[in-house]
Amino acid sequence: MRSKLSLRLVALCYLAVVLVGPVVMVFYRAFESGVGDFWRAISDGQAAHALWLTVLIALIAVPLNTIFGVALSLAIVRRKFPGKGLVNAFVDLPLALSPVVVGLALLLLYGRQGWLGPWFLDHGVQVVYALPAMVLATIFVSLPFVVREVVPVLREIGDEQEQAASTLGANGWQTFRRITLPAIRWGVAYGVVLTAARSLGEFGAVNVVSGRIQGKTETATLYIDAAYLDFNQKGAYAVSVVLALISVVILVAMSIFKPKEETA
Amino acid sequence: MLLPLAALVWRSTDRGGHNFWFAISNPQSIAALKLTLIVSAIVVLLNAVFGTIVAWVLVRDDFRGKSIVNALIDLPFALPTIVAGLTLLALYGPKSPVGIDIAFSRYGIAGALLFVTLPFVVRTVQPVLYELDTDMEEAAASLGASPPLIFRRVILPVLIPAILSGVAMSFARAIGEIGSVILISGNLPFKTQVSSVYITGLIESANTPGAAAVSVLLLAISFVTLLGIGGIRRYVTRHDA
Repeated sequence: MRSKLSLRLVALCYLAVVLVGPVVMVFYRAFESGVGDFWRAISDGQAAHALWLTVLIALIAVPLNTIFGVALSLAIVRRKFPGKGLVNAFVDLPLALSPVVVGLALLLLYGRQGWLGPWFLDHGVQVVYALPAMVLATIFVSLPFVVREVVPVLREIGDEQEQAASTLGANGWQTFRRITLPAIRWGVAYGVVLTAARSLGEFGAVNVVSGRIQGKTETATLYIDAAYLDFNQKGAYAVSVVLALISVVILVAMSIFKPKEETA
Repeated sequence: MLLPLAALVWRSTDRGGHNFWFAISNPQSIAALKLTLIVSAIVVLLNAVFGTIVAWVLVRDDFRGKSIVNALIDLPFALPTIVAGLTLLALYGPKSPVGIDIAFSRYGIAGALLFVTLPFVVRTVQPVLYELDTDMEEAAASLGASPPLIFRRVILPVLIPAILSGVAMSFARAIGEIGSVILISGNLPFKTQVSSVYITGLIESANTPGAAAVSVLLLAISFVTLLGIGGIRRYVTRHDA
């Protein structure tokens, strides 16, 4: 019994030192001089724009990745096509890859001297150092989450019901909407939550492709970095707290949507 | 997704293999890579030990507030990494209220990486531990085995694949991590500069070929790590059946 207690103590102390302590401290620093100061810090033009931009990018990236992720999961589980094994392996790549490398790769493809950059510039679209590249970077790094959550669910439910539906005359879309989608909805929801978390917090890739133009392409995470280095610690802590509060909401959503066998 | 990566590999060599080699073999680049790999390895080992302990406590122990602690484990996934870096600076930085200042040191980098990779081992070990019946442990105990012996001979062998796969995921994450490290490391060349921050610096100073070369190296390491994870997964599924 004593060994059990001491193990519990070790585990909780470790979490306190590495995880909880620092987070509590940021809240303390942000509200140290009152809620008024905190409010002023986040409603400052530059900070407010950065937060808005972060939300905007997430609002574009998350739905796209959700639709694409579900489609890709269906393709991986239900269809056979050449190179499927390769696709399956590449889906996980953004998880193992440094976001900086992702950013640079996009820069080299869509930049002024990249393969596709000049074509887009000729057609009046500025990709790099503008919103399109930032959205692309965010999509790239948060791509695997929906797929990874939906694929196991699709495997588990099998395709008998779908086949039954189509023998009864349902077309592809009806089968998907009435049979498949209800079955995978919790997996999709959990994947969406993870995608949103990653999108809101992306730093390394967006840092490279955004050009970090203040008030234009500066997201909330970039603002925190810039403000801290600029000795505007109040601003850095205040925006951090806003992002941290969003994370707490995400965390609650995660514990609701998480597949049950893992929560135990 | 493949096109950008192809562009990256292509551009890293467009000034010839010699320049590629030059870019990755210059002392600063080597120092950054060495630091990245060594700190990541230490962090991953620490998390392998503590992650397993935390998973154990969450599955086998019972106490008030356990579900909250369980939810907290995912915090590093939900929290933007730059915020993670800042939180560590707030507690363990220059104005630390507990008198520990690890900012701008290698300990700072290790702290940041510990934070962001914390969930991996816990989350891979937890389900395995949960599935594991206590029958075998009870049998071993009734035959007179001591708790450490039971752990080493009965429990650990079952957990090893899960721990390894968690370790590989943590390692991949640690070597690429930038957001949480960039503020706390101080980015001192040869001392606290990790590869991802080094690449960012190269891009900012318009040394794109150099950045591409070091990136390709990181890409290769990520790939090997991914293959390792895949290998562990295959091993596990084969032995499950």
